[in-house]
Amino acid sequence: MKRFAVICSALLFVGSLAAAMLELAPAAIDLRGPVAAHLAASGVSHPVTAVLLNYRGYDTLLEIAVLLLALLAILAVVGEPGAARPAPAHPVLQTLARLATPLMIVVAVYLLWAGAFRPGGAFQAGAVLAAAGVLLHLAGLLPGWQTPRLRLRLGLAGGFALFLAVAGGLLAQGTLLQYPPALAGGLILLIESGLTLSLALTLAGLFLFLSRDEVAP
Amino acid sequence: MTSGLLFALVGAALFALGVAGVVLIDHLLRRILAFNLMGSGAFLVLVGLAQRNGVPDPVPQAMVLTGIVVAVAATALALALTRKLHALTGRLDLPEDADD
Repeated sequence: MKRFAVICSALLFVGSLAAAMLELAPAAIDLRGPVAAHLAASGVSHPVTAVLLNYRGYDTLLEIAVLLLALLAILAVVGEPGAARPAPAHPVLQTLARLATPLMIVVAVYLLWAGAFRPGGAFQAGAVLAAAGVLLHLAGLLPGWQTPRLRLRLGLAGGFALFLAVAGGLLAQGTLLQYPPALAGGLILLIESGLTLSLALTLAGLFLFLSRDEVAP
Repeated sequence: MTSGLLFALVGAALFALGVAGVVLIDHLLRRILAFNLMGSGAFLVLVGLAQRNGVPDPVPQAMVLTGIVVAVAATALALALTRKLHALTGRLDLPEDADD
């Protein structure tokens, strides 16, 4: 009975939402014009990167904080570290992982650099680096992470701290995260580099901290 | 119909599918998957509706990029809590309320 009611209401919801979308009037506010008009002053030439790190930089700042918070919550939840190294995988997979990891690092650096003028940027680069870490772990080459020591903690929090420091420094001229146009490109690249490193460590940590007690009963 | 509108319609369907899954499924892993389906549907609606006239709008795209990362973090936290629940009680579903 519950199943029937839920499915019926879901279908009704899709139907009404689809009808509304088909009838939807054009948006009253169009932000494409302003984004394109100020692109020259934003320091980058790709509009998505400009929105992420310049026009709405505080969204990205808080997003990193959310990611860090999630990692801290996971560290608080997972149990005592057990024997962390997974069983070594097949030699072919191990060799492939060893070959793929340097390539993935190169791809990550390229994505970071390309973010200024084409699709790419810190998030994509960080995700590729984190995927390299997860791949190494699954191939049995990288043990799951124990409770982080100082160096790893600095790496995890560094991107957020760097972003916050830039935001605080720019507060001196009145507005949070309003880059001077002459410095914007350099500042964005600096922030994105820090973000890439921290994002890669955080995203890999989401997996590697969780898998550390895999072997424990 | 433009492809953007099609994306938005599929996103609405995915969202409803996810809601039904979250309500109906008891197994926590599958419920987390359904929750992610909800999120993906919402992202598709945001991106699709913004480009239903054929010209992509960078602002919703950037917001969705932010949303995806937050969704990954939320999923990881949910998985960690599920594992803890499994370690403590040996089960992968939430106890029903007594008056249900």
